[in-house]
Amino acid sequence: MDISFKQVNYTYQPNTPFEHHALRNLSFTISSGSFVAIVGHTGSGKSTLIQHLNGLLRPTGGEVSIGPYQLMPGKKVKDIKVLREKVGVVFQYPEHQLFDETVKKDIAFGPKNFGVDYEEIEKRIPPILDAVQLPEELLERSPFDLSGGQMRRVAIAGVLAMDPSVLVLDEPTAGLDPRGQKEMMDMFYQLHNAKGLTTILVTHSMEDALQYADHVIIMDHGTKYMEGTPEDLFVQKDKLQAVQLDLPEIIQFLRKIEDKFQVSLPYEGQTISELGIQLKEHLKGDVTDE
Amino acid sequence: MKKECIEFRNVSFRYSEEGPWVLKNVSFRIPADEGVAIIGHNGSGKSTIAKLINGLLFADEGEVVVLGTPVTEETIWEVRKKVGMVFQNPDNQFVGTTVRDDVAFGLENRGVDRSQMITAIDNSLRAVGMIDYMLHEPHRLSGGQKQRVAIASVLAISPQIIILDEATAMLDPKGRKEIMHTVNEVKDQQGLSLLTITHDLNEITQADRVIVMSKGEVWLEATPREVFAREKELQEIGLDIPFVAKLANELGKVDVPISQQPLNHEELLEELWTYHSNK
Ligand SMILES: Nc1ncnc2c1ncn2[C@@H]1O[C@H](COP(=O)(O)OP(=O)(O)OP(=O)(O)O)[C@@H](O)[C@H]1O
Ligand SMILES: Nc1ncnc2c1ncn2[C@@H]1O[C@H](COP(=O)(O)OP(=O)(O)O)[C@@H](O)[C@H]1O
Ligand SMILES: [Mg+2]
Ligand SMILES: [Mg+2]
Repeated sequence: MDISFKQVNYTYQPNTPFEHHALRNLSFTISSGSFVAIVGHTGSGKSTLIQHLNGLLRPTGGEVSIGPYQLMPGKKVKDIKVLREKVGVVFQYPEHQLFDETVKKDIAFGPKNFGVDYEEIEKRIPPILDAVQLPEELLERSPFDLSGGQMRRVAIAGVLAMDPSVLVLDEPTAGLDPRGQKEMMDMFYQLHNAKGLTTILVTHSMEDALQYADHVIIMDHGTKYMEGTPEDLFVQKDKLQAVQLDLPEIIQFLRKIEDKFQVSLPYEGQTISELGIQLKEHLKGDVTDE
Repeated sequence: MKKECIEFRNVSFRYSEEGPWVLKNVSFRIPADEGVAIIGHNGSGKSTIAKLINGLLFADEGEVVVLGTPVTEETIWEVRKKVGMVFQNPDNQFVGTTVRDDVAFGLENRGVDRSQMITAIDNSLRAVGMIDYMLHEPHRLSGGQKQRVAIASVLAISPQIIILDEATAMLDPKGRKEIMHTVNEVKDQQGLSLLTITHDLNEITQADRVIVMSKGEVWLEATPREVFAREKELQEIGLDIPFVAKLANELGKVDVPISQQPLNHEELLEELWTYHSNK
């Protein structure tokens, strides 16, 4: 589903002393099947933005379209339930998403609510547990008696169980251990490709944005600051720094090498071990002639 | 000998009698004024350790001693006065209706007088960059802003021990660095001990010592440099090492000499400079 924001405003608690303009005149489009990263410092409006994608928030100005669904101020969305079935959102705090007595019921809730039959749900669960790396013995536990990282995995499993066509992930790997972070991102990416999903990832990891996204939107104080491919954006150090963002670490390090040793060593997608070999070659002594 | 601040003596714990052991014979000591990081895979027992320190849970076997006092039902109030803790999800710990009230709450509990209270609130909110949000409702803040306020509440009460359980996970990288810098400054100024539980590999480099947990057991206790030298084994237990450490290890593999495991870009650049000038 194509997604578009047209001059969207969102104001929290309008006409009160706490009135807060969280989104201002925000416009962009996301074409169906793309993998988009949304980055920006805390409080820049990322979570507010994505809550529009399944109609949890409605714009207070402008218009949001998600495929055939339209969100506008003062107008109820007709098929909000269908929209929520199509757009799966993993929220920033997984605890907020969990509520049922057992992990299993929690994961099954979404599809059950959308009328998926019992047998189908039973079939969906095992591969999903495998994908999010949750051991089966946790199924009968209360989701509130889990560690933070385990809760996050349950919340992700619940969203995957709905088999959405748009996947919205708000800092989905916060709280996961390092292996979990990598495996989870690889899993999302594989799912994105295999099912032709439209994926929207809110992340603080420039590394993940660089590795997985084909398009990046940078937010600052509720407005769109820049957008483009990661390769184009992540070389503009000064512009990024002006909004509190860093370059991906490998690019930062390459810059420092170039400065210190007066060599040219651009980022071209090299792995760390390839970089090791490159450095060995480039910096090997002051051999003046061949 | 330095004064012991936190000591675990052969601690075992499970959440229910039929349940699995979540901590198995865990022992470690944290001297006063040391900064220690605990890392470990999800479910390895890190938050359980934190909850045992401030008496939200009690050991089934062994003993937890905080500043010389064994943690028991009778001593928890005394212990909690000395321990400031920020939880993984700050929502669980907001009590006030405004950010200011929330920070005030801990101070009131400790009987701090009004004028001192105002200064403490001011200073701590300023330190975490949330002074402009003094009258906002905590639950309406963004994730990272909530975490900043939770940290301010702990700084305000100047505890002798600060425990941060993934307290910066929702912050952007810059914000995370700034906050950790602030916390470390306070730690040095006031000579307190800091226990950080984290999955952020770069945060570990600031610690004096690292406790690595795996499956409820202490798997390793070492300096950050020593930990980063064990890349393969760490990966086997679900962990990893930072970019700089990885690159250093890769350079080592292709025979670029690295004299000591670097902790940051500058240290690695120095190593490369030596390599560059020597051949
Ligand atoms: N209230 C509870 N009741 C029963 N079991 C629990 C409870 N809280 C945690 N556990 C279990 O104890 C183990 C250790 O949990 P703990 O929260 O200490 O892990 P952790 O190392 O902090 O993990 P994470 O990195 O995911 O936060 C896990 O297997 C978890 O499922
Ligand atoms: N429920 C709410 N009521 C009032 N203000 C809010 C609410 N949620 C978020 N905000 C404010 O809106 C701004 C953007 O928040 P958010 O979208 O959560 O940011 P991000 O996800 O980029 O960290 C922040 O300044 C935050 O304090
Ligand atoms: Mg957010
Ligand atoms: Mg934990």
